[in-house]
Amino acid sequence: MKKVFSRPRSLRKVPFHYCPGCGHSIIHRLVAEVIDEMGLREITIGVPPAGCAVLAYFYFDFDMGESPHGRGTALATGLKRALPDRLVFTYQGDGDIAAIGTAETIHTANRGENITALFINNACYGMTGGQMAPTTLLGQNTTTSPGGREGLRDGYPIRLSEMLALTDGSAYIERTAVNSPVNIRKTKKAIAKGFKVQMDGLGFSLIEIVSPCPTNWRMSSHEACQWIEKEIIQYYPLGVIKDVTKRGQGC
Amino acid sequence: MLINTIFSGFGGQGVLSMGYIFAYAAMSDGRNVTYLPSYGAEVRGGTANCTIVISDEEIASPVASSPEFVVVMNNPSLLRFQNVVQSGGIIFLNATMIDARPIRGDIELFEIPANDIAKELGNERVMNMVMLGFFIKKTGLVSREAVEKTLEDTFSPRGKTMVTLNKKAFMEGHNYD
Amino acid sequence: MRGNHVVAEAAIRAGCRFYFGYPITPQNETPEYMAAALSKLKDGVFIQAESELAAINMVIGGSMAGVRVMTSSSSPGISLKQEGISYLAALELPAVIVNMCRGGPGLGNIAPAQSDYFQATRGGGHGDYRNIVLAPSSCQELAELTMEAFDLADIYRIPVIILADGMLGQMMEPVEFPDHKNPKKLSPKDWALTGAKGRPGRVIRSLILDPVLEEEHNWKLMRKYERIQKKEVRYETFLLGDAKMAVVAFGTAARIAKGAVQKVREQGLKVGLLRPISLWPFPEKVLVELGKRVKLFFVFEMNMGQMVEDVRIALGRDGDIHFYGRPGGVVPTPLEISRIISSHYLRKRL
Repeated sequence: MKKVFSRPRSLRKVPFHYCPGCGHSIIHRLVAEVIDEMGLREITIGVPPAGCAVLAYFYFDFDMGESPHGRGTALATGLKRALPDRLVFTYQGDGDIAAIGTAETIHTANRGENITALFINNACYGMTGGQMAPTTLLGQNTTTSPGGREGLRDGYPIRLSEMLALTDGSAYIERTAVNSPVNIRKTKKAIAKGFKVQMDGLGFSLIEIVSPCPTNWRMSSHEACQWIEKEIIQYYPLGVIKDVTKRGQGC
Repeated sequence: MLINTIFSGFGGQGVLSMGYIFAYAAMSDGRNVTYLPSYGAEVRGGTANCTIVISDEEIASPVASSPEFVVVMNNPSLLRFQNVVQSGGIIFLNATMIDARPIRGDIELFEIPANDIAKELGNERVMNMVMLGFFIKKTGLVSREAVEKTLEDTFSPRGKTMVTLNKKAFMEGHNYD
Repeated sequence: MRGNHVVAEAAIRAGCRFYFGYPITPQNETPEYMAAALSKLKDGVFIQAESELAAINMVIGGSMAGVRVMTSSSSPGISLKQEGISYLAALELPAVIVNMCRGGPGLGNIAPAQSDYFQATRGGGHGDYRNIVLAPSSCQELAELTMEAFDLADIYRIPVIILADGMLGQMMEPVEFPDHKNPKKLSPKDWALTGAKGRPGRVIRSLILDPVLEEEHNWKLMRKYERIQKKEVRYETFLLGDAKMAVVAFGTAARIAKGAVQKVREQGLKVGLLRPISLWPFPEKVLVELGKRVKLFFVFEMNMGQMVEDVRIALGRDGDIHFYGRPGGVVPTPLEISRIISSHYLRKRL
């Protein structure tokens, strides 16, 4: 019998602990598949964040170095400068990369640091119990924005990817989602593109992945995927935001 | 033998480089030496001073309690340091910039119009080297040769004219009586 | 050579090719020297980071990759680095961190002080950990201890702090440097993250959710700290042989105290000096031994009394310990200290 589907080499043989319907499991698999397909496992160093994905090192079977909350890109800078021929990527949530780690992220992009950031946007703080994140939508209910986020009281949902595209050091920035098979396939392509940009030495790449958090959104998995389509993507449109490999596409 | 010297003046009067060249020359002469600059937040115009300790033995403290010698380039420096000098010590005073004179009777005073002499050489900024020449001649703490060698090492990256000018200023001070 | 330059040159000679920092007075000459020197080396990397936080995390990254790496700062900047230092301790990563301490708290001033003793010797950040803390008192020692710091950091996989102050950073003294070490010939680190070539993936992490396992990790760190306490105590004694009174001081304060001891010796007072060089591990046993024959102790620090607590712990309730401190960046003269020493000495009729 022909084997048509198997566990990627870059994933360990352990079941994911993530909540049912959570996007992390899908994204982990995509990352592992891309690394396997590009033959990069033996030169990959991943940097997990503080957040739900802090336990990513239980699942990935390549070198992983844990970062303090928000400092992933700075830590990855140190790694990459010491080992410039390795694939170095960070895996960060919205609170990590776009709140507590904003300064590190902007300056790493601005230095054109040759790393890839995977930015998982689920519009809330998942691990700590669903508090408001910098990416929480206006009107969205969270445990720390009861009654819905209000711009003038709580700040507006931040568009980090668009901000980073303005830095001269960023090379490739794309926003994708994992709420449908089509978008999942696009996400995989985007991750591969980000890694390729890095291996070609073109500079900073970031893939923002809009990902469902049914537990904290108080929705079923299906509803969460629909909510991404109807609400999040309206505010955070998908697509390539910057691509230096295609002239005229940057901003 | 342990000798403490304080050089003091406005920032920009070349007080720190005076001390640096003295300290470096002492090191070239094979002495133990420490150079301790005061450092302020302002780069120009504030007061600056440095303490140089030279000794044939290991130097314990780079901070001087009561220096044997004090070089003062402006009025505030005289006010600040005249009471610090050891009894029997010497104050070297820039007569162009300082009207007052120390009121203590137990110290010696040597004066030189350092700015005037430097002006005659065509560059008032080398007043510090005029004073250094004067100071070295009177104290004999380091050899003239060591200072000249230090001046060459220090100023040659900035061109030959700088070396010549500073050496000349140093010698003018050295020969002043 | 200026102290801040000495640190930088010594780091390069120790095989350090990676420097990450942020400007702050009075230590700016160190990053400036590193920027110039590392740019001339093929394998040199210098980054002026956007913040102290970013700098210490770049240090973590470099250290994870197995290279010798350093950062330097002064008191307010070191406070910002504490998060990273806690992680370095937890992750058991080697790094050298230089603190050219200045007057505080808050922004304070840029004058020399020793007010970061507690912060350095007690860990400084969150969690139960220690750093090796070395306190040089001359430019020569700054060179030697900086180089040694890299070795200790690698041996014990621990952050090592060079605790000096603005005075040592700014002053100049002649220095003889030890020979260069080739970074390629340093012993390889079999725990570093280099890519999982022909092996399973390696993980460097500090999150240990199971309290029992976290406790075990803390015990492991503690056992390491005990080894360090046994093996790495460093101190200098000066004229303690016949001394009836011992002065205890470190770093710059010890230089001033040494001058003061020389002065009171001229007056015939039998006073000596103990200078802890490693502030952690603290030379506790030396003090206990000394306490058996010396009855009067005098601690001088450029702060309001921090190391004196360690002296009290060592000597216990019976110790006759006096303290004098000048905080805020004031540097007293040897004469001032010698007067206090002699007044204590004469009052006791030793």
